[in-house]
Amino acid sequence: MATSSNQYRPLLLQGPSPGLRFLLLCVVSILLMVLDHQQHHTRSLRAALSVATYPLQVLVNMPYSAGAWISETLGTRSDLMEENARLRNQILNQQFQVQKLEALQAENNRLREMMRSAAEVAERILVAEIRSVDLDPYRHNLVINKGSRDGAYNGQAILDAYGVIGQITSAEPLSSRAILITDPSHATPVEINRNGIRTVALGSGDPAELRLPFLPNSTDIQVGDLLVTSGLGGHFPPGYPVGVVNEVLRDPGKNFATVTARPSAQLDRGRQVLLVWFGTPRSSQDLVEPEPET
Amino acid sequence: MRLPPWQFWLSLGPALTLALLPLPPWLSAWNPDWVALVVIFWALNYPGRTGVGAAWCAGLLLDVMQGSLLGAHALAMTVVGYLTVKLYLRIRVFPLSQQALAVAMMLGTYHFVLFWVEGIVGGPAPGLDRGLAIVLGALTWVPLQAFLKSMWPRIVKD
Repeated sequence: MATSSNQYRPLLLQGPSPGLRFLLLCVVSILLMVLDHQQHHTRSLRAALSVATYPLQVLVNMPYSAGAWISETLGTRSDLMEENARLRNQILNQQFQVQKLEALQAENNRLREMMRSAAEVAERILVAEIRSVDLDPYRHNLVINKGSRDGAYNGQAILDAYGVIGQITSAEPLSSRAILITDPSHATPVEINRNGIRTVALGSGDPAELRLPFLPNSTDIQVGDLLVTSGLGGHFPPGYPVGVVNEVLRDPGKNFATVTARPSAQLDRGRQVLLVWFGTPRSSQDLVEPEPET
Repeated sequence: MRLPPWQFWLSLGPALTLALLPLPPWLSAWNPDWVALVVIFWALNYPGRTGVGAAWCAGLLLDVMQGSLLGAHALAMTVVGYLTVKLYLRIRVFPLSQQALAVAMMLGTYHFVLFWVEGIVGGPAPGLDRGLAIVLGALTWVPLQAFLKSMWPRIVKD
C-alpha cells in the first residue's frame, strides 16, 4: 500500500518532509531564543500568547481560591468576631506607630532640606495576589494577578509585609511574572542597616538563603545584621528589609568573607504581595556605581 | 500541510494544566513532562497531521506559560516530535515495556536540549532531579497512552 486514502490511518507521510520542517522550526526556535535573551524583542508576542493561556492559569488556581472562599464564607460568627477584634487591635497598634512615624518623617524631611538633599518621594502601593501556578522548578518565579492593565511595569519592585520579595520580569496585560530575590540569576543592591556598608545580595537558588560574596574579610558585618535595600539601581525603593545575616565565615586564606543571609520576606508562604511605585532615586550622585541588577 | 485534529489541542489543555499544577518544591522536580508525553503520543499515532509543527506549537505554549526563554521548550519539543515521527513505525510495534524505554530516551533528549540551552544562557545547573522526571515520565507513559487510546479509539487504532 503506497499511500493510504484513509485520513485516520496514514501509513506513509505526505506533504513536505518532516526533516525540512524540523530544520526550519529549529532555526525559528533558535532565532526566538536569541531575540528573547538579547533584547526582549518578543515582549508583545509573549503578551499575546499569555492572554490565550490565561484561562488555564485561572483554572489551576481555582481549587485554592475556592478553598479560601469557602473557609471565609463558612467561618463561624465567633471566629470572625475574634479575627475582627484581633485586626482592630493590630490597627490600633499600628496607628500609634504611624503617628510617631509621621512626626519622624517630617523631622527627616526638615533635616534633609537643611542638608540640601532631595526628599524621599512618596510611594504608592497596590495589593496583588499570588497565583498558585508552578513554573520552572529550577527557577524562583511567581505569577501575580495584576498586570500592565493595572499599571505594573517591568522591573517593578514587589514587597510583602516583612520585606522585599522580588521584581516583575514581564508585565503581561492581565497578570505579571516576577523573579524572586533568591533566584540564582537575581542580585539585590543592599546596605547594612547598622553602618550603611553597601553590597550586593545574590540569590542562591535556596528559598531560605541569600549570598553576599563581595564583602572583604575586614568588613564590619555580624550575624544578626539587618540588610535593607539601598535604592541604588533604581529598581527597589530604599530602606526596605531584605534579609538578616545568619552566617559570617572569615577564612584568612581567602580575599572575601563567606556571608549568607536569610530573606526577611516570607517567600514561600503568604498569598498577598505589594506592588510599589516610587519616584526617582534619592539623588543622581548616588547612581555613579555600576548597577548590578538582573 | 494539514493542521492537527482538534483532539490534539483538547488533550494539550490538561497536559499544560498538569505542568502548571502547584506542587511542593521537592515534588515539582518529579512532575513528569506531561506536554512532551502528549506530543509523543500524537506524533506516534497520528504522524500525518501532528508531527513536528504541532510539537513546536506545544513547546511554545509551554514556554509562555512557564515563563522560560521563549523557544527553549519549543526547540526541545521539536526534536522530540521529529524523532518520534522518524521512528513511529518501529516504536508502534514495540511491546509496551520497550515503548516506555523508547519514551524515556525521547524524554532524555528533551531534557538534554533544555539543559544545553540553559547552559548557554547561563541558567542554574540542576542536578539529578531531571533523571527522576525522565523515569517517572516513562512510567506515566503506560497508563497515559492507554487512556488516550481509549478516549479516541477510532483515530489511533493501529
